[in-house]
Amino acid sequence: MGCAIWTEKLDACIDGELPADDACALHEHLRGCPACTAELLRLSQQKSAVHAAALAFAPDPAFRARIQARIRTSSTPHRPSLRNWRWLPILATAAALLLLIAGVLTLRHDARSDAQLVSELVDQHVATLASSNPVDVISTDRHTVKPWFAGKIPFSFNLPELQDSPFTLAGGKLSYLGQSPGAQLIFNIRQHRISVFVFQDRDTADAPQRDLSDTTLAFEVRSWRHNGLRYFVIGDASPQDIDKLSALIKAAG
Amino acid sequence: MPLFDRLYNFAHWLTQNREEAEDLVQETFAKALNGFSSFRPGTNFRAWIYQILRNTFLTSRTGLQATATMPLDLDHDQEILPVAEKTPESILLQRSDQQLVRRALAKVPVPYREVLLLCEFEEMSYQEISALLVIPMGTVMSRLSRARRALRNAIQESQGS
Repeated sequence: MGCAIWTEKLDACIDGELPADDACALHEHLRGCPACTAELLRLSQQKSAVHAAALAFAPDPAFRARIQARIRTSSTPHRPSLRNWRWLPILATAAALLLLIAGVLTLRHDARSDAQLVSELVDQHVATLASSNPVDVISTDRHTVKPWFAGKIPFSFNLPELQDSPFTLAGGKLSYLGQSPGAQLIFNIRQHRISVFVFQDRDTADAPQRDLSDTTLAFEVRSWRHNGLRYFVIGDASPQDIDKLSALIKAAG
Repeated sequence: MPLFDRLYNFAHWLTQNREEAEDLVQETFAKALNGFSSFRPGTNFRAWIYQILRNTFLTSRTGLQATATMPLDLDHDQEILPVAEKTPESILLQRSDQQLVRRALAKVPVPYREVLLLCEFEEMSYQEISALLVIPMGTVMSRLSRARRALRNAIQESQGS
């Protein structure tokens, strides 16, 4: 019947993992093959049956409370008793050493995660430039673009007045970073496009409030934190232009 | 607590026992808290915590027993299990009975059960499953296919009995 090569692909088909070419060819085959069609139907019914039946066990509320309590305790730092003052110099030295190590580690970690974030956002900026639909909301009016994000992202931000500046707003679109939604705004200056990304600052107050000014793959990158939000300005315009736009946005925020 | 209910459900399916599932989840959260610095922001948190749970399970007594009794030819390139089917539209078309599916799922070997849960319930992609189980993509596909057939046979057996 020549079905052998297809039966192997039926699982991938119901999981949505079949490459487009194979999917077309499979659909062609299914038109003339009742056996494979019935098998595909059975597989997809079994998939939904397992999906429906799999959520079978709920945690006991007492167990949940126990784990929650444990998490709370472990996130509260333990303080050693200082009643015995003899230990104070040793403790102080140890604490200073620990702080130093933690500081170095945090800085290294921060630098690494910043580099990751920036490279991901540069990719998103390039993809936007290459796209035939670079923005989801097309408007030069900040009073149109800002409300468009209402309800789509879990925060709000201010857009600068651009009337006396060389920049124009082209529009905006939803963006994601580390599974969190954020805003991507596109500004034009002459022939250049600049992306401004705004995300919730997930690193909280513990993270160093360090601004970032960098050139990655010839893109100018600026980043800063303000009011629980993290801003990234990325573009191939001149460093002066990028600084100017960053200053406008900072002033608006 | 992120993913708590789903992790517990997955742990219970692996261990088949409430107390052991609780121990497993508790240890997973403890390890996750201690090792949170090893989590790279921007990567898949769900995959990371499931990986901890699974590794913890595999080194537990139940996990070691489950893997010790695992069929050796689990992923070997051999004929896919035939299905002892009645008529094409039987069994799963009458899928009203969730208990039947649950009983069958509990019967299939752990490696099959876990791949089924990750794919059907957690809706992970083949790539995520491959990274989580540390097996090649091709093996994910063949194991999933065998797991589905094994489950279908188990459902039919449960129905027949």
